Amino acid sequence: MTVNSIYKEEKKSAFQKVFEVIITMASRPSGFIGLSILVFHIILAFISPYIAPYDFKAINPTLMLQAPSAEYWFGTDDLGRDVFTRTILGGRTALTITFFGSLIALLWGGLLGIFCGLVGGKIDDIVMRIVDAFLSIPWILAMLLIVSLLGTSTEVLIPALGFFYGKGIVRVARAATHDVIAKDFIVSARARGHSNFSIIWNEIIPNVRDAILVEGAMRWSWMLLGFSSLSFLGFGVSPPTPDWGLMISNARGLMSFAYWAVIAPIVGLSSLIIGINLTADAFAKALGIDRSTKAPV
Amino acid sequence: MLFLIIKRILLGFITLFIVSLITFVGTEILPGDACTTYLERQAFGEQLEACYRRLGLNVPAYERYVSWAVNAIQGDFGYSLSGEMPIKEVLGPRIKNSLVLASAAIFIGIPIALILGIVTALWRDKLPDVAISTVTIFAMTIPEFISATLLILIIAIWLEWLPGIVIVPTDVSFFELLPNIILPVIAIAMIMTAHMARMVRSSVIQVMASEYVQMAILKGVPYWKMVFKHVLPNALLPAINVVALTIAWLLGGVVVTEVVFNYPGLGRLVIESISNRDLPTVQALAIILASIYVSINLLADLMTLMLNPRLKTLQIRK
Repeated sequence: MTVNSIYKEEKKSAFQKVFEVIITMASRPSGFIGLSILVFHIILAFISPYIAPYDFKAINPTLMLQAPSAEYWFGTDDLGRDVFTRTILGGRTALTITFFGSLIALLWGGLLGIFCGLVGGKIDDIVMRIVDAFLSIPWILAMLLIVSLLGTSTEVLIPALGFFYGKGIVRVARAATHDVIAKDFIVSARARGHSNFSIIWNEIIPNVRDAILVEGAMRWSWMLLGFSSLSFLGFGVSPPTPDWGLMISNARGLMSFAYWAVIAPIVGLSSLIIGINLTADAFAKALGIDRSTKAPV
Repeated sequence: MLFLIIKRILLGFITLFIVSLITFVGTEILPGDACTTYLERQAFGEQLEACYRRLGLNVPAYERYVSWAVNAIQGDFGYSLSGEMPIKEVLGPRIKNSLVLASAAIFIGIPIALILGIVTALWRDKLPDVAISTVTIFAMTIPEFISATLLILIIAIWLEWLPGIVIVPTDVSFFELLPNIILPVIAIAMIMTAHMARMVRSSVIQVMASEYVQMAILKGVPYWKMVFKHVLPNALLPAINVVALTIAWLLGGVVVTEVVFNYPGLGRLVIESISNRDLPTVQALAIILASIYVSINLLADLMTLMLNPRLKTLQIRK
């Protein structure tokens, strides 16, 4: 076998690599369950406006708190709105906001972490102190303050969530960078006279990408949890937009006689969070990254 | 060793200093201030000036920061806007209530987590592990407000065993509080236990796979003697740090749980003060919660250091 043919075997298209990772993930039972739940929720988020049987904001006083029936599968809520319609629509806002939020978190957290890991010294010290300080403020206090002062529009929520969930990624990316930085190929790239930017782009990112992506996937499920908590507390999505956190908080007061209105969004939100969690776990295992000893920071 | 401890403590103080700067600057650059919120529509001209003078907002920001910080170190956080009473007096009973809740959850949670973690690790991939691990995944991924809501629905409403919502004044005595806190404690302990059990599990599995344990097995050391004498001491050491981080992380979750159960602790005060735009109280809360986080972490670091003779020499050589 010539050197050339070995090289060709190693070279796979990005699509093939992604496909292989997904196959590995789905080959474990937990990964398969997680992936199917996640795919189901994503498909549902796309098609739900077209399959929803009723108008999600149609208030009907004559239909208040109806028990589940053939007509209203999950019953109706305290304003006579169809719970089934609101439940299948309830994940769209949360999914969209947290997806873009995680992307922002990945980008700034990952790049800053890599930069700090590479540069080291004073700049690294200062940035890490600031990151530590932000980590020690409970996220919920900071998020609530921002949201209550700037409002709950998407333009506020996405950057704010992205910022507060990215600071943990800074640490992960920095640690991963420290692992590669001492390797010979970085030393030789420096010897060849490559700039910091070129080293980050060509040498470090391909090597720390997996660790950061896994962290980002995990952050996505935490961000979803955080976002729903905000909605639940009344600081997230504003009514009448259907959202699971908000639906649970509204229906909670009446759950002693209308439990269906609170059970449906609970099942929706829990299944999505568990789905993302299992997928992220399977993703980590498929890429050979052990997260089991990490604390939720 | 002593040098190392002092260094850790100093780093903790630097972190807190930065936190105080962040909260101060944060509340400063966000639109609106205490006076415009307090006066709402009447916030202009003479009245606004008077309010600024009364709250001391007419001096430059850095001067206000210094005087605020000096007072805060002495435990004086100034006056809350909504209640018109010293923040110190507002905080006192709240901190006590939250401490009761947290320590009850910790005392119940840690032993259960240890047992579950060790059982799942020793019977890895067998039935007990699969069953317990599935339950812990559910317990740790489901949001606090969902598990709390389900607890209320099932135990308080359907079974009618316990009160679902805490209806007591803030400064209630401990024994009056007791029956009310069972459900909140279960809700908090559940998530914490699940997190810790998983970490103990992976830590024990790692140690079980190490060479000296394999050697002990080959030498014929009895199984349980090996587990208790050789595996657990080494497996539980790294867990201390993680337990501390989990407790600290729960500070955020406690906010939601306290709101669900209407529990008069720090968490509900967070929501109340933010809803009322009571910025001085928010600042005080940020500092206090951050101090709790920093001191728990510091304590865990020091404990690991004390308990691990190897770490001492290693760190000093660095």
